[in-house]
Amino acid sequence: MNFPITLEKRISASPVASLTIPLISIILALATGAVFLWLAGHDPFKAYSAMFKGGFGTVYGLSETVVKAIPLMICALGISLAFRMQLWNIGAEGQLYMGAFGATWVALTIPDAPSLFLLPAMFCAGMICGGIWGVLPAIPRAYLGVNEIISTLMLNYVAILWVDYLVYGPWKDPEGFNFPLTAQFSENALLPTFGDTRIHAGILFALVIALLIHFGIKYTRWGFEIRIIGLSQNAARYAGMNIPRNIILVMLLSGAVCGLAGMAEVSGLMGRLQHGFSPGYGYTAIIVAWLSKLHPAVIIIVSILFGGLQAGGFSLQSSGVPAAIVSMLQGAILFFVLGGEILTRYRIVFKGSAKKIGGKESWKQAL
Amino acid sequence: MEASLIAAVLATAVTAGTPILFAALGEIFTERVGILNLGVEGMMLVGAVTGFIAAYITGNPWLGAAASMLAGGILASIHALLTVTLKANQVVSGLALTIFGTGLSGYLGKPYIGQPLPNPFSVKELPLLSELPIIGPVLFKQDSLVYLSFLLVLLSWIFIFYTKAGLNMRAVGENPGAADSLGVSVSKTRYFYTILGGMLAGLGGAYLSLAYAPAWMENMTAGRGWIAVALVIFATWNPLYALAGAYMFGGIDALGFRMQVLDLHIPSYFLSMMPYICTILVLIITTYRAQKKGVGAPGALGLSYDREER
Repeated sequence: MNFPITLEKRISASPVASLTIPLISIILALATGAVFLWLAGHDPFKAYSAMFKGGFGTVYGLSETVVKAIPLMICALGISLAFRMQLWNIGAEGQLYMGAFGATWVALTIPDAPSLFLLPAMFCAGMICGGIWGVLPAIPRAYLGVNEIISTLMLNYVAILWVDYLVYGPWKDPEGFNFPLTAQFSENALLPTFGDTRIHAGILFALVIALLIHFGIKYTRWGFEIRIIGLSQNAARYAGMNIPRNIILVMLLSGAVCGLAGMAEVSGLMGRLQHGFSPGYGYTAIIVAWLSKLHPAVIIIVSILFGGLQAGGFSLQSSGVPAAIVSMLQGAILFFVLGGEILTRYRIVFKGSAKKIGGKESWKQAL
Repeated sequence: MEASLIAAVLATAVTAGTPILFAALGEIFTERVGILNLGVEGMMLVGAVTGFIAAYITGNPWLGAAASMLAGGILASIHALLTVTLKANQVVSGLALTIFGTGLSGYLGKPYIGQPLPNPFSVKELPLLSELPIIGPVLFKQDSLVYLSFLLVLLSWIFIFYTKAGLNMRAVGENPGAADSLGVSVSKTRYFYTILGGMLAGLGGAYLSLAYAPAWMENMTAGRGWIAVALVIFATWNPLYALAGAYMFGGIDALGFRMQVLDLHIPSYFLSMMPYICTILVLIITTYRAQKKGVGAPGALGLSYDREER
């Protein structure tokens, strides 16, 4: 395309740009959303202020934001492990569902076990089931190079159908007025919550996993291998690293962490398994992981922002705005960040002024 | 099974495979120029909803189909802008497109949920051809969009492999540097075919809401966009194989439905899983075969082109 502008590579990423671009992107995404709201006859300012109030304006709203942020944090942390190795795990949604399934199975099988035994058992079952769901596509990826984007995504549908089969069929609560949900878990199978809020101990899982990932990636030999494989498979192979084994291991961990998010949802929030319990946390978490540049601490913060978007979106529904506006805004934010990112790597040069650039700039180009 | 039942199942396979076929054809064009667009699912959804709304308001399904192509093309142009001009990561941009499209379609379609379409595409028997045994009722007692898809497959195949423009297009996907040095504009070519791919994905979505199940439901594509992406790999980027693959997936879909009717005591949830599980299995087999034979993706698939780094 013959735009009157050209792009010129920067020597190193601009620190100013990498901070301001996400902020500007969010504003532009909200502006885009405002246009759609306005076209549909809603007042964008009213809608956004209702959304902000719903997400951050009240103590209750804030607590709901954190509740929605917990599965986002855990899933995004799980996804970040795989992304670090350039493995596109798009299957967090399915791994979350399978984790919830595993934990529910334990909770319904031995409801009377003491919680000191029951909760760890649910914890493990959630991780194992999520982990299996992560490994299934990892094996053909590791040994045959089968595209993991499609296989992880296909397994999402399978996992959701599997949970639907259970909650509509054999696990349906006989006293549940025919709603697609299991019986309430026993008291012993519930994670503790903080005060009167719905915020549950799942947030501690998220914080511990964030710490483990931070130190594991930074300071262990294995973390070093993961980083090298992510940067250059050839270099890693030359250094004698076992790439297939690491692919399987990373997808196992990634799936297990996402499975834990499912365990936390059923045990900490709902106290049962039910149809469609996730509004697409596994997909939103992909955006969170990418926007956070896979940095664990940033994932925690960005998750809370996106949790607020989710909680705010729910409160919008009462004023007649479809909640689908939330995923629209999420997609738009990602578009603008992606588009803006080029400014961290390149600088824009207008063709008219390009002629004046002297030797110093052409030296830069040679790099 | 008697012949008429077999023909009925096969005819349903063609109908169920057509939305995937349109989308896969589009993605073949897109990937042939080196652009991976994982936004097919989103473009199909937006195509389905805009097609439905346009047909609902105007009462003309053809205007619906046109609107869906326009919408798909606009969404694809966002992907092209991000990945060609701004050199963004193609995987992430495609995912963003799917997430955005899912939200947008849900937002636009909210008032139309559960409304029946007054004037959908209806079956038009082709004279003479529909009288043929087996083939007649399977292929030539269909709606106009199915006939359009036959034509499109043939034309795309000729275009890609037997025309100069098709050669240029493939060159851009295999080796953009070489194409550039021969005077083919890499970015123009990439824009053009990415947008064309989006238009076809939109049309595939519209087939669902205008012919297959003439109504709008949230997330009505149910992963068909992703199956289309997998199908492109199965088809080794060849429209003729895409046709065969699409009808195979359509057949799995149709068979699941038939088995439900036959009441074999298999819960419907397991039958609904079949297309997704089969997609993974087909992908594994295809990748294995491709490695042995050495046919692979276009050389520059997923890579942005920078003249300075040539």
